[in-house]
Amino acid sequence: MKYRGKAWKFGADVDTDAIIPARYLNTSDSEELAKHCMEDADPEFPQKVKPGDIIVAGKNFGCGSSREHAPIAIKYAGVSCVIAKTFARIFYRNAFNIGLPIFESPEAAGAISEGDELLVDPGTGVIKNLTKNEEYRATPVPEFMQQIIAAGGLINYVANRLKS
Amino acid sequence: MPMTITEKILAAHAGMDQVEPGQLINVKIDVALGNDITAPVAIREFEKIGVETVWDRDRVVLVPDHFVPNKDIKSAEQALLIRTFARKHNLINYFEVGHMGIEHCLLPEQGLVGPGDLIIGADSHTCTYGGLGAFSTGVGSTDLAAAMALGETWLKVPESIKFIFHGELPKWVSGKDLILYTIGQIGVDGALYMAMEFTGPVIEKLSMDGRLTMANMAVEAGAKNGIVPPDEVTRRYVEGRAKRSYRFYRSDPDAGYAEVYEFDVSQMEPQVAFPHLPENTRPVSEAGNVAIDQVVIGSCTNGRMEDLREAASILKGRKVNSNVRLIVIPGTQEIYRQMLREGLAEIFVEAGAAVSTPTCGPCLGGHMGILAKGERALATTNRNFVGRMGHPESEVYLAGPAVAAATAIMGKIAAPWEVA
Repeated sequence: MKYRGKAWKFGADVDTDAIIPARYLNTSDSEELAKHCMEDADPEFPQKVKPGDIIVAGKNFGCGSSREHAPIAIKYAGVSCVIAKTFARIFYRNAFNIGLPIFESPEAAGAISEGDELLVDPGTGVIKNLTKNEEYRATPVPEFMQQIIAAGGLINYVANRLKS
Repeated sequence: MPMTITEKILAAHAGMDQVEPGQLINVKIDVALGNDITAPVAIREFEKIGVETVWDRDRVVLVPDHFVPNKDIKSAEQALLIRTFARKHNLINYFEVGHMGIEHCLLPEQGLVGPGDLIIGADSHTCTYGGLGAFSTGVGSTDLAAAMALGETWLKVPESIKFIFHGELPKWVSGKDLILYTIGQIGVDGALYMAMEFTGPVIEKLSMDGRLTMANMAVEAGAKNGIVPPDEVTRRYVEGRAKRSYRFYRSDPDAGYAEVYEFDVSQMEPQVAFPHLPENTRPVSEAGNVAIDQVVIGSCTNGRMEDLREAASILKGRKVNSNVRLIVIPGTQEIYRQMLREGLAEIFVEAGAAVSTPTCGPCLGGHMGILAKGERALATTNRNFVGRMGHPESEVYLAGPAVAAATAIMGKIAAPWEVA
């Protein structure tokens, strides 16, 4: 499966309070969280984003809190994947654990413009910019994390392990 | 091969003689922690795994602290969910309102975490326990769910950065100022995925409260963990308090570091981090004329006895500025009791402060002190992101308790020597 969608650009150090402000954390309902995705960075984002769209950001995306509500909000807002120069470490783990595909690519984060049409191949880590007719590479994912993805997230991975 | 303290603790919990940075390892954990925001998601995921009960009812620790005392119906339902789970699984370390505290003040105080431990918690400030010489890091709810079932987790061994603090700590300069200064130097991703090891003569003399404050904000530099080598200060803190055996690890003298920073603190001033990142630090004398509407003294960063004593020493016999709301939040019920015994509660109340029961409350814009559009707070908390304490157009300035107390009196960002 490949991810195809329009790029929404954000800057460096996008924090978890911008992704999902704590005032909405009195629920863990995924659809409810999605309504406020990226609200404090761009109040219109939840209305503008279309299924399959891709968030493209600078360094240290997802810094701050450990709230898994952040990748959940992004996933359920319909975003197919996130590309960033770098990710904050807890966000990085959380995204894999809940099944939000993320790609670290300084090259792509620098070259992509807002509105570019992108095609991302998670198998090869190749990011195609259909608008600019360019191609970028994402940093390879450690094999162990690929196993988590292949199992369908950490919970399935653990459940399988306990069964065997 | 020589190892750092972080590598030694990880190796011991992986059952290995040796680990090196970059290696993926499976480790046994000593404590798994959740709160009223992260545990409800963890419980939902835990129940999907299909195990009967948690791996160890003594070591799965649940602390409702973010939105309690319940701020609204939804928060009440989240708190109820974790209370019900704690009862169902007979968890020994569930802490109810009236007994609880802000998790990262509570766990060290209660001796639930100690030197040499490996702790994960579904809260980013779990890195606090590095102040005790433990490896401790924040994870998300799904990682917590897996840990509650297995008593294990996977980790990548981080590279370490060593920070050596030289000189004499000036009056009014605290652990908070050291860590704000450090983040100002290296940036909010200056230690991304790495271990921050705090060492040197200044750290050796630093109190445990100060060390916990420093390790607490390691995540604000992107770090996986912050850690202080355990010593006599550590021994005095944990003796008679630790509920389990503990072990002191020290870095080998020739251990490998990605980087080494050396700072001389003798001329350092109290620091203030300006909006909207903790790296935007300035010495307090360069803050300029910044009027403040609300001051918050508390949080997992600065809600300990030493912090409250320092603030009270400045506020004693003085009044909070008429343009300022001062909110004081002791970190735990025990700190609250001690504050009463020492007369600090009276000093705060007489000065015109609102004194609260322990809660994370305003730090994350939860409750107990939300900011309106255009308002400014100075807080002893840990994050000053856009909208952190309320309206997206409000502002948060971070500082230590001495600057906070002075600011509450002056109505603008002020140095402690301007009032005391």
